Amino acid sequence: MSFTWRAALRRRLRAARDIYEEMYFAPYRSQMYRAYREQRDIFLLLSFSDLLGTPNPAAFYALELYPDLLEEFHQWHLRMGMEQAPEGGFRCC
Amino acid sequence: MSSIALLAVGVTAFLSGYLLYSRYIATFIYRLDPDYVTPSHEFEDGVDYVPTNRHVLFGHHFTSVAGAAPIVGPAIAVIWGWLPAFLWVVLGTVFAGAVHDFGTLWISTRHKGNSIGTLTERIVGSRARVLFLLIIFFLLLLVNAVFAVVIANLFMANPGSVLPVWGSLVVALTVGFLIYRTKAGLLWPSLGALAVLYIMIWLGQYAPLSLPDFFGFAPTAAQQAASAGDPAAAVDAARVDGVRAGWVILLFVYAFFASVLPVWLLLQPRDYVNSHQLFVALGIIFLGVILTNPEVIAPAVNTNLPADAPSWFPLLFITIACGAISGFHGLVASGTSSKQLDRETDARYVGYGGAVGEGTLALTSILATTAGFAIYAGLDGWHEHYGTWASASAGATAAFVNGVGVLAQGVGLPQGFAVIFAAVVVISFAATTMDTGVRLQRYIISELGAEYNVSIAQNRWFATFIAVAACALLALGVDRGAGGMRLWPLFGTTNQLTGALSLLVVTLFLLHLKRRVWVTVIPMSFLLVMTTWAMVINLIRYWTDNQGALLVVGGFIFVLELWLILEATAAVRRAVAGHAMAEAEPRIPTGAG
Repeated sequence: MSFTWRAALRRRLRAARDIYEEMYFAPYRSQMYRAYREQRDIFLLLSFSDLLGTPNPAAFYALELYPDLLEEFHQWHLRMGMEQAPEGGFRCC
Repeated sequence: MSSIALLAVGVTAFLSGYLLYSRYIATFIYRLDPDYVTPSHEFEDGVDYVPTNRHVLFGHHFTSVAGAAPIVGPAIAVIWGWLPAFLWVVLGTVFAGAVHDFGTLWISTRHKGNSIGTLTERIVGSRARVLFLLIIFFLLLLVNAVFAVVIANLFMANPGSVLPVWGSLVVALTVGFLIYRTKAGLLWPSLGALAVLYIMIWLGQYAPLSLPDFFGFAPTAAQQAASAGDPAAAVDAARVDGVRAGWVILLFVYAFFASVLPVWLLLQPRDYVNSHQLFVALGIIFLGVILTNPEVIAPAVNTNLPADAPSWFPLLFITIACGAISGFHGLVASGTSSKQLDRETDARYVGYGGAVGEGTLALTSILATTAGFAIYAGLDGWHEHYGTWASASAGATAAFVNGVGVLAQGVGLPQGFAVIFAAVVVISFAATTMDTGVRLQRYIISELGAEYNVSIAQNRWFATFIAVAACALLALGVDRGAGGMRLWPLFGTTNQLTGALSLLVVTLFLLHLKRRVWVTVIPMSFLLVMTTWAMVINLIRYWTDNQGALLVVGGFIFVLELWLILEATAAVRRAVAGHAMAEAEPRIPTGAG
């Protein structure tokens, strides 16, 4: 009986600690992800700039990356305010 | 009156409001749906839209809305006695403020997490968006100016707080750098920062710092008249103005740099330390009340009001804004919290519950100033402190700080430490609001610049300079800063107007859904009537007192108020007549997540 009571208490304390930690981790995680995403946005812009009309000498070499970047590319053009993938080449939606 | 009894009545009323009234609203008015797909799930991106545990979100929401304002407002308003302030805090929170916060969170959740500004444009009309931007502009202008004066006054009254407050900036910058640029982790550097802050508070007792008078102002005619023929007293009063002006300028120089630094470097580590301070301060005050049960010796209704004090009705309702109802909360609820709500039903806990937390903070301010401070100064000292409207306004935070000192003594903390601790809490809250306020002001100036093709206004440094200069001019424009606290009722008014505008948006949405609207219409109408009435009284006072700066700013706000009333009347009439509202139909629930 006392074992169950202790286990329940321990469980509750652990839940409280998780909430406490998450309260302070969440904003940092969000900020860091934002910073990471900004860097990725620049990378994607460099990789796909020819789709936006800017000649890109690396486009041919970046072609190999496209399959791996498919999902990220889709999220990126949505974030950039383009409901549909830009015209003139690689399409994701 | 026993403090514990007052606390018990207040807490019981808050709990009843949460358990009964908010449940009624959630079930019959807003009709929260546990299966509704919230924006955090629909647009999850790991940055803004993140499904968040409701307790975690409550913590974020509460620490974002709680600040210095729910402390300062009640600390001034107890000049009319503790009863009017207590009743407005409790009833205002339960029937107005919490309904507003809950409503803005809910309506934003129903509209893809859009902010209240965007919703104003979509639901009320495009003209109302300009009105919204102008109200927010004045709100930020006033809050920055007032808080600069609040902080300057506290630095002058508590020189021991200077070291911990400025020292904590260095610590926050270090922690921000450690967390972001190294693998030091989050918890230990942040807890370390809190420990260093408390050590600096302890050191602050022995190292009081003050600013020299850089300006050497000549005494004003009023100061000469008040000194009753003693030239030294008049020079001394002018010197105080000079020191205050120095602090105000220094604070805006700080705010300038703080608002252009990356958020992770300063604001986030500071917020982390501040949120701990908030919970520690609340704990100490409550524990102090429970352990010592000090008598509330200040009068319930002050029948011995000073000659320059206005009548409590309707000035009370703009003196206490945050702590009863605050439009600022709607900006937080619709700006960030709605994007993180895991389930729609969590809106009640986060929105209504967060406002109840803010009301509790206001309650502690009433207890600290009417029980703690009354014990510190004695009943005669209390009446002397609240002997004029001007001294009550300027000394509001001093009353709170010394009152908390008495309550903290009951917990076993040395009085000197406790007073600096309380001063640092208020200053930290006010300073963080200033950082954010100047940053937001810069965004608004840039937005207006983009709107009217003024390219220089979109420059980050220029926009920040304009924001800082405007706030500093206003802070020092009323009697060289000595009358800065006279801006407080204007801040309260703009805050209430923001709240009324948000309630209008929620009302129109409810009308569109053909639901009962009295829960939002009554507080909205009450706010509009009381703020208009109070503003007329204030404008007459500014005119008779020959206060040009206050008259100009107050006049602008009064025009905005009339504009809002016209918008509200027209929009409600349109909605009742059955005109279709811009897209606002709730989507069909398809399951959580």
